[in-house]
Amino acid sequence: MERDSHQDGAVQSVDTYDPPSETILPADTLATSLSLLGNHTFPDLLEGNSVAVEKEKSADLHLSDVTPKEQGLNEEISSNQVKKLETAKTENSECQSNESSQPEDRETEDGDMDNDRSDSGEFVVTMLAKAKLEEQGIGVKGRSSPLLEAGTQESPAFMSHRDEDVTADSWRKHRKHVFVLSEAGKPIYSRYGSEEALSSTMGVMMALVSFVQSGDNIIRSVYSEEHTMVFLQKGPLVLVCVSSSRQSEQQLRGELLYVYYQIISMLTQASISRIFEHKKNYDLRRLLAGSEKILDGLLNLVDSDPSFLLAAVHCLPLASSLRDTLSQILQKAITPNLVFSILIAKNQLLTIVQEKTVIEDTRLEPADVHLLLNLIGASSAFQAGEIWTPICLPLFNPDCYFYAYISYLDPPECTVCLLLLSTDKEAFYAVAECKRKIEEAMVAQNSLSLIAKAQSYSVSQVGVSDLRHFMYKPFDVPDNYRQLTQFTSPEMEAPYSSDEEKMRLLDLYRYMHSRIHSTSRPLKLIYHVAERETLLAWVTSKFELYTCFSPLVTKACAITAITKLLRWIKKEEDRLFIRYPPKYSTTPNPSKSSRIFLNPLLTLVGLDRH
Amino acid sequence: MEDNLPAVPGGAQRHSVTLTRPVQTLRVKMVLLGSSGVGKSSLALRFSKNELRSTSPTVGCAYLTSVVHLSDVTLRFEIWDTAGQEKYHSVTPLYYRGAHAALLVYDISKRETFIRAQLWLKELEKQYIPGSTVIWLVGNKCDLDQDRQVSVQDGLGLANERGLFFTETSALSGDQVNELLLAIAHRVYECIGVQQGGLSEWQEMPLVNVHHRHTFNPFASCCKVGP
Repeated sequence: MERDSHQDGAVQSVDTYDPPSETILPADTLATSLSLLGNHTFPDLLEGNSVAVEKEKSADLHLSDVTPKEQGLNEEISSNQVKKLETAKTENSECQSNESSQPEDRETEDGDMDNDRSDSGEFVVTMLAKAKLEEQGIGVKGRSSPLLEAGTQESPAFMSHRDEDVTADSWRKHRKHVFVLSEAGKPIYSRYGSEEALSSTMGVMMALVSFVQSGDNIIRSVYSEEHTMVFLQKGPLVLVCVSSSRQSEQQLRGELLYVYYQIISMLTQASISRIFEHKKNYDLRRLLAGSEKILDGLLNLVDSDPSFLLAAVHCLPLASSLRDTLSQILQKAITPNLVFSILIAKNQLLTIVQEKTVIEDTRLEPADVHLLLNLIGASSAFQAGEIWTPICLPLFNPDCYFYAYISYLDPPECTVCLLLLSTDKEAFYAVAECKRKIEEAMVAQNSLSLIAKAQSYSVSQVGVSDLRHFMYKPFDVPDNYRQLTQFTSPEMEAPYSSDEEKMRLLDLYRYMHSRIHSTSRPLKLIYHVAERETLLAWVTSKFELYTCFSPLVTKACAITAITKLLRWIKKEEDRLFIRYPPKYSTTPNPSKSSRIFLNPLLTLVGLDRH
Repeated sequence: MEDNLPAVPGGAQRHSVTLTRPVQTLRVKMVLLGSSGVGKSSLALRFSKNELRSTSPTVGCAYLTSVVHLSDVTLRFEIWDTAGQEKYHSVTPLYYRGAHAALLVYDISKRETFIRAQLWLKELEKQYIPGSTVIWLVGNKCDLDQDRQVSVQDGLGLANERGLFFTETSALSGDQVNELLLAIAHRVYECIGVQQGGLSEWQEMPLVNVHHRHTFNPFASCCKVGP
């Protein structure tokens, strides 16, 4: 890790949110350049894609404030667009020579954006940021090597995050810092180092936020040579990410949003607002004590699991007959006010069964599932017994609690976990009884040993020699588009078997994703020749696909490979996805359930509408 | 909560491996209260499985069971191991309501946890009907004698003053843990068990399907087997 000599090249631009100019930004509609690939080479499932843009939107992590201008699905291709695409390609090829193999091509778009968005406050903010951040040692010095860090240094350091010396170089070199503070500037959470030691740093962050706010504006990000600093204000909380990962601002903001949601899932939005209305300088750490591990775990997952990037859930591939059997078992073990029954193995979904009336009005969002999975993964406490805990699903309803029953079905291995969500806080014994029934039925059908055999698949099963890895996220899982957004992806195998290499591939995917979802110039298709592999990302109205090929693949080869891959997925989709999530009805007495609710607000989302 | 499960006389003997003697099995609801990190979960794990594991902070509340055989009765402890974290305090009454035994746990090496235990006591006293709950003050981590901040006298003094029982334990070494559970069992049975309607009878799996009973061993679940 060589030290960067341009310490003073610090803050290059400050990107503030300015409503009027924002709307001026042209939504660059770069339509699917099918001509480049040749439309005719794709199988039937791609045709007739009249299903509209909304789905893409809804799949977009609910970044309501930063949702990219949705590109019109305009199939005609102007020569200009093709040219742009090729520009993108050459640009990318150029970075082959770049040692770091990090995607580097912000130049053009960013330049435009800066001109459009920054205002007269920029200079002051820049100076302030530069001065204070340097003084605090945040982010502006020291070139970190993101890849090394995430892979090797992370795990040993994990135990002592809180004790880290925040003035040390190693602290500055972390790939991604996340801070949460209250509007009064009180520290709430820091990914590395203790919050106390960082209180002055967080004070400066709050000063930045307030300064821009005083000019009726909202600070969104600060760019320096090595770091991107992204701000997110949610109610009384301010979340800040300082990253050298080269992810897009939009992706980083999405990650901050996950952190916010995880906090909400423990405390609810309503109670956070109430607390801060009551006492502006309340120390929220009191309430989050003991939950730091859950936030740490979330941030590690966000870095290592593409589910968060894609805003989709990954389910364990399973013979559809077995999945159906499991669903039926869950479907039969019900009790009043039970709303979700979720079966998880190896931190992936096996099946999910929902209360009928719930799914009619809203659907379970991938982000809520991610939070639940993280909660289970981050806490070994669940392995001790049966857990009964209040939990909020922020995207379902940020203001009230569900009661979650969590128990492993296969102690002492603890790989298969049952999660039952009820709206009735008194229902523990009734819900625990459901678990007995499920356990009993699974023993009778020998399900546990069948689940134990289930595993992720190898990319070699697709039978395309140059294909190394892929991620496929369909937008229209058949019949019921209101169901959980899912994606499928094979195991990462050689050459992506080490943590470093995995992270490198994920970084490439993140780069492709940021290009596809760029706010200023969204792309439909990218063919990217990287240093050690070639990637192709493609988004249509029906799916989003990221593929990684060996470096010697030709464009024609890649196209043929994708055609094959899509056929294979089509053939295997019953195994790869939860296709027909079953439902049950457990609210025979709607008036009762509304009374039991901690917060009657939940009735608004339709649990009691019959 | 307890009312939801009907007590069927004689149900207990039917398919239980532990109950070879024709004795009654009574349900005892026991709750562990105290600050975060005093060792409630470790104690609960000792009670239930006599294991020691490094635990992460409890989320919500963990439910474990443990069976204690006394000379003329078997007590099935339903242990509610609550989270000490402040964010769960608003829901804790849910767990301690109707408890027959409440353990107020503190860490002898941390004075503030002892003070916190007294606050929990106040909280409990608001809710319980005298004579219906056996309250036990437990000074945990007595293996940390060298860092002791709460003396045995302090603990005893508080217990005498407020009419509590008192024990010092070490979930780490297992010292006094079984003794404590046995003592609680005796107390609960003496104080509450003899009262009319004090303890309800427990029956395993009231809803078990007759035809599955032979293939399915209800005790396969870790949480139900007594020591």
